[in-house]
Amino acid sequence: MEQITILEGRQKQIFEKKKGVAQPDIACDTSSLSGSVSQRACVFCGSRVVLYPIADAIHVVHGPIGCAAYTWDIRGAVSSGPELHRLSFSTDLQEMDVIYGGEKKLYHSLIELIEQYKPKAAFIYSTCIVGLIGDDIDAVCKKVAKECGIPVLPVHSEGFKGTKKDGYKAACHALMKLIGTGSTEEISKYSINILGEFNLAGEAWIIRQYYEKMGIEVVATLTGDGRIDAVRQAHGATLNVVQCSGSMTWLAKEMEAKYGIPYIRVSYFGIEDMSKSLYDVAKYFPDRLDIMEAAKEVVSEEVKSLYPSLQKFKKALTGKKAAIYVGGAFKTFSLIKALRSIGMSVVLAGSQTGDKNDYARLKEMCDEGTVIVDDSNPVELSKFILEKEADLLIGGVKERPIAFKLGIGFCDHNHERKIPLAGFVGMYNFALEVYQSVMSPVWQFAPRKGGTL
Amino acid sequence: MLLRHTSKEVKEREGLTINPAKTCQPIGAMYAALGIHGCLPHSHGSQGCCSYHRSTLTRHYKEPVMAATSSFTEGASVFGGQANLLAAIETIFSVYEPDIIAVHSTCLSETIGDDLQQITRKAKDDGKVPEGKHVIFASTPSFIGSHVTGYANMVAGIAAQFPVSTGLKKNQYNIIAGWMEPSDMREVKRLSKELGVKIVLFPDTSDVLDAPQTGKHVFYPKGGTTIAELQSAGDSLASLALGPISAEPAAIALEKGCKVPFETLDIPIGLSATDRFIMALSKVASVQVPDEITAERGRLVDVMADMEQYLYGKRVALFGDPDQLFPLTEFLLDLNMKPVHIVSGTPGQRFEKQMRQLLDERSPETNFRNGLQADMFLLHQWMKNEPVDLLIGNTYGKYMARDEDVPFIRFGFPILDRIGHSYFPSVGYGGGLRLVEKILNALMDRQDRDALEEKFELVM
Repeated sequence: MEQITILEGRQKQIFEKKKGVAQPDIACDTSSLSGSVSQRACVFCGSRVVLYPIADAIHVVHGPIGCAAYTWDIRGAVSSGPELHRLSFSTDLQEMDVIYGGEKKLYHSLIELIEQYKPKAAFIYSTCIVGLIGDDIDAVCKKVAKECGIPVLPVHSEGFKGTKKDGYKAACHALMKLIGTGSTEEISKYSINILGEFNLAGEAWIIRQYYEKMGIEVVATLTGDGRIDAVRQAHGATLNVVQCSGSMTWLAKEMEAKYGIPYIRVSYFGIEDMSKSLYDVAKYFPDRLDIMEAAKEVVSEEVKSLYPSLQKFKKALTGKKAAIYVGGAFKTFSLIKALRSIGMSVVLAGSQTGDKNDYARLKEMCDEGTVIVDDSNPVELSKFILEKEADLLIGGVKERPIAFKLGIGFCDHNHERKIPLAGFVGMYNFALEVYQSVMSPVWQFAPRKGGTL
Repeated sequence: MLLRHTSKEVKEREGLTINPAKTCQPIGAMYAALGIHGCLPHSHGSQGCCSYHRSTLTRHYKEPVMAATSSFTEGASVFGGQANLLAAIETIFSVYEPDIIAVHSTCLSETIGDDLQQITRKAKDDGKVPEGKHVIFASTPSFIGSHVTGYANMVAGIAAQFPVSTGLKKNQYNIIAGWMEPSDMREVKRLSKELGVKIVLFPDTSDVLDAPQTGKHVFYPKGGTTIAELQSAGDSLASLALGPISAEPAAIALEKGCKVPFETLDIPIGLSATDRFIMALSKVASVQVPDEITAERGRLVDVMADMEQYLYGKRVALFGDPDQLFPLTEFLLDLNMKPVHIVSGTPGQRFEKQMRQLLDERSPETNFRNGLQADMFLLHQWMKNEPVDLLIGNTYGKYMARDEDVPFIRFGFPILDRIGHSYFPSVGYGGGLRLVEKILNALMDRQDRDALEEKFELVM
């Protein structure tokens, strides 16, 4: 294949695992170079995806129309009841607002909206220019909250003020203001919050059901199928169970400091990690052996039916190679294990937002020769996919057509998954989707992997 | 019902937009720049903008969309984005090797006052632009206009910054594409070829955003107007701007810069607008309309006559972008259908004026509105008050269609949940035929679905 250059200044964000060679730590947690075709997004995006699934609140984007338009119902975070989160509200700031300020417009918009939709709370996202024109959205929120009698929470998510991770933090900051304002009287001692599970394709329901089968009460899911009242009570839970390390660890730490609630990190992808996430919760309640018994039962029952059905996929996929490029690093760990369980190896692993510890762990987990990247771009992804002869790419919306152009399979492990990939049933779905894409008959007709037909 | 909260009573709103019928300028600029061969669009702003635009275009086209970003940080927004853009230009030319970088601004860079003209000139002066390579720009603040404005501004930027007038006229004509699909641009080229008229079409996203599967991921697909073609546009005999809002500003720029006279036409959607396009091209280039095109027209008219009994009086609500809505509304009238509600989020008085002109005689009672608060919430309220038989608009219409149980045709931008728009044109007589087919399928499928058993007909 043609030689592709790695962007200068990016070398430190890429390495290949090699035996016996001392390797420096990967550089990460930095903002992207100017001029790169980065796959990353901004602070606002981070806040928006975290809070979006709260379905009985209105989410108002204070800024020009684009930020609201591009985030209108793009995340399949499903709700079992209200669906206010799927609408798009914007102050649609105009030139005059930029000059004279948008506070008044925001105020009127909120009053109109709250009257129309009667939400349980309102989240107000500030976008890039709000940070520049100096609107005091805190003051507007306070005023509206007082007049309307519901929580009106500013989310300081100006796009340029950091990376997507800072957006997660701004969202968690807003959540912290809600947590602790509800009653915890009736909450059992054997209770948890599920953090960092967004109910894409109904995944939170699956996870919740497992815990409930174990006799655990789930107080709040943050934020999948989220409700304001549940968030307000979240401080009543005994344990925080955190998935998606990038977005919610900060909140877990805050809750630990403020309410003394400890947290554990889990993942619901793949048999191994899914089982562990049930056992780890059970272990936390040692005085109730029945909880561990129930966890074992859930796992054994699920695995019994799942394991045989995976064998067909494993047989076909053994020896195939995968490339992973997803948002959070934690997901990558699970995916490596899940792929191994269906016979596939990982030749490229990367994330948009991983930190030093994540990458150290990734290095440990990966096979020799695996390329590890932080904040990659399409040139690099294509280069490594071809060099390492991957048969599958796991990524998000912008990566999908690249995989297909290269003639390899694809699995969306991001917002656009259409079937649940979490839980035991999710492992089956994942294997099925990978199998169908990698083994698709279309590849018989397509030139593949940089070559000809 | 997802839109269960939409109330029937229409109240004036002071600031709020609910479910917008538009998006912001930069995405239009990005789309236009993709229609230039070897061009990498560059978003001068926060990282998120570029990411959102690429994602939306990818969802609409199911194609890789490449664009770079200045990746603004807090420092850049305090001290200005010049350093970021200069660094970006250098990096892009050395790593991604485009022939052209097309820079567009964002609300952020506009508000802090970055001057793209000055910065891009500095990049050239400082030797950051290699020999034979180009940096062009367009100012596209998100707080003015809409995605359509951004498209128009970038196309005008292209028209102002590439064409040169050598003094020697070429026997060719410019066709400036308003916001159309790659399939439409391909069709415009085919029709011009049938007529025997040599054209320079720009921008041209065919073979860029409808690229075939090749086993390779190329940054710069084979399509797009070339630099040589763009430069020669200054020597063309005349320009036809297809779209008063999205294409005319470029024609004006070209007239100003290179004295190429122009005529503005609607995008050739439907019978009448296609007639005007074919006539204008044949007249300006003094060519006869070939029999093949006359036959294409005849086939469309034949179908319109054959099926008129299923079309007349059918009430339609439509929303989208002005340049599509003008000819589409006219086509609906030609089909003897009834446009009842028309909404566009794109502001500007020209919409009002041209719609009024179009509707005054033929359908004076039609509701139409554009600009602020002309959003889908308003359209939905209108539909609740005066119901329709058919809804035409982009993907976001599916909520209203579902809630009101109205047949729905996807048309416009973005279409995130179906394919076809990038492959099958809606312009030209063939495109008209496709639209009629879609309209009939939607209406007749509904009729079949709802018909009482004794009235369920085999022959329609």
